[in-house]
Amino acid sequence: MTPEIKAYKRNIIIEVTTNLMFPLTLLFGLYIMIGTSGTGGGFQGGTILAAAFILYITVFGHEKGREKMPESVNALFKSLGLFLYNGAGWICVLFSLAGAQWLNMPAFWPVADFVGVAGARSFLVGYMVSVGIGLTVMAAFVSQYFDLAWKEEEEMESGER
Amino acid sequence: MIVPIDLLLLFFLLIVGIAALWVKDLLAAIVLTGAYSFVMANVWLQLGATDVAFTEAAVGAGASTALMMACLSRVPRWEK
Repeated sequence: MTPEIKAYKRNIIIEVTTNLMFPLTLLFGLYIMIGTSGTGGGFQGGTILAAAFILYITVFGHEKGREKMPESVNALFKSLGLFLYNGAGWICVLFSLAGAQWLNMPAFWPVADFVGVAGARSFLVGYMVSVGIGLTVMAAFVSQYFDLAWKEEEEMESGER
Repeated sequence: MIVPIDLLLLFFLLIVGIAALWVKDLLAAIVLTGAYSFVMANVWLQLGATDVAFTEAAVGAGASTALMMACLSRVPRWEK
């Protein structure tokens, strides 16, 4: 029942391509998350951000991936996304113009006074709800992949077996 | 919605789904599942649901395939 283990070998083409693709994928994820007005949204953008980190961990291994995305930062992102989403909901209850409703974006008067109802809605959806969902989804996917990925010492043990 | 493209995509979907069930190599099954997700994203696009197509392509073909590959690295490759 021992899985087939192959030794980790560096490949310069894959590493350079990953180093090129990693920031571009992050930028594309942010564009999907907050840039487009039509399609896309928090979940899709967060998944693309997570895909960038998954690519990095796959190529460079568990240890360098941990340098890029430490456990504490991962936990911070996970809870920060939840706080942003929840805060966008409760800020609409606190600053409601009409009925006090959770995530009632058009009634968010401090912003709606300046940019109008549609502007307030797009501000809250685009910059608080979407970013919150995206950060949480990214942190959840990345931590799942970290749990499944092989650690360096684990590879050594299984290789000797 | 263009009917011939739709029928072609559904035909591909059927073939890829049956092949994913049929193969004994789990790596090939994972790759076929990714292909299934990709064809399914095109079907959603044909139905006019760009959002769902986006999610399917990102989650189904991207993240879920990577997670299943990571799972496969811990279990035997061949189905008994």
